[in-house]
Amino acid sequence: MTEDNTFDGRRWHDMGGTAAGPIPTDQHDFSLWEKRVDALMIIASSKGHFTVDGLRRVLEDMGEDAFETMTYYERWIASVNQNLIEAGVYTTAELAQRMTEVAARGATYGEAASA
Amino acid sequence: MPHDHHDHLSPSGHPYRPDDDHPLTYWQQMEIAVRELLIEKGVTTAADINTQIDAMDARNPSHGAAVVARAWTDPAFRCALRKDASAATREMGFDIGPMRLIALENTTDQHNIVVCTLCSCYPRNLLGLPPDWYKSRAYRSRTVKEPRKVLAEFGVTLPESTTVRVHDSTADMRYVVIPARPEGTEGWSADDLAKLVTRDSMIGTGLPKSPDAK
Repeated sequence: MTEDNTFDGRRWHDMGGTAAGPIPTDQHDFSLWEKRVDALMIIASSKGHFTVDGLRRVLEDMGEDAFETMTYYERWIASVNQNLIEAGVYTTAELAQRMTEVAARGATYGEAASA
Repeated sequence: MPHDHHDHLSPSGHPYRPDDDHPLTYWQQMEIAVRELLIEKGVTTAADINTQIDAMDARNPSHGAAVVARAWTDPAFRCALRKDASAATREMGFDIGPMRLIALENTTDQHNIVVCTLCSCYPRNLLGLPPDWYKSRAYRSRTVKEPRKVLAEFGVTLPESTTVRVHDSTADMRYVVIPARPEGTEGWSADDLAKLVTRDSMIGTGLPKSPDAK
């Protein structure tokens, strides 16, 4: 977490010029579930359910803690979901019921993703 | 132990892909639920999602390298690229969609480097998905303030006489760096030249490979 208060008045995501450590060199291969999140964003926005600005709004409103504690595509699925609920594509009740069903299928992603 | 990772097979009888065989996280659980709801509601299909992932996997820095090598060898294309990079790259089959693409030429006097301070905007049509460091706080915050220090961390040290220009991407505008053509490559074909063009050289955090290294 940066202690640099030089740029007061900007929101957390507007981080150009603030103090930070060395550039991290770690790289990971994108896993299937991450690619699916990316694909869902592109498909849902291409169908007009929300825009990249909607994606960004939720990501930015999630705040700095989310940036530090969640991975990139974890934040994306949270935002995609929020936008789809706001667009009326499905309800929070439908989501909750489906997430319960998904978890009941098994303990791993592979099991839970096999309907 | 709930199950044995080595012997565990999916309902199809095949082993799970390695990244499927980890404990389910809350956000993965949400991804599965959202995906299934979108399919049930008729927003998309499983096949469309797979097609989208295949298209994503097919986009990689070799596309950008082909654009750079052509700019090095085809003066008319270079002119078109400088004028309207969205149109010029679309003609090569690398459609950036409704976004605007700007090509930035490196010269001996000027080096360009690209960042997205606000998020992770990147010319995916030419380079694929951005590397993790591009999305990191450190790269996003420091590149606009101390680009030479950032470049040094990538192993790039430029003469003081070279101007470093930093370009901040937006959701609607993306940049690709056209690195300077390496010396000693006179007469090379575009295909051979493309092999010298690295991903980082098109972000501005690297330089093309030396012709000796080919």
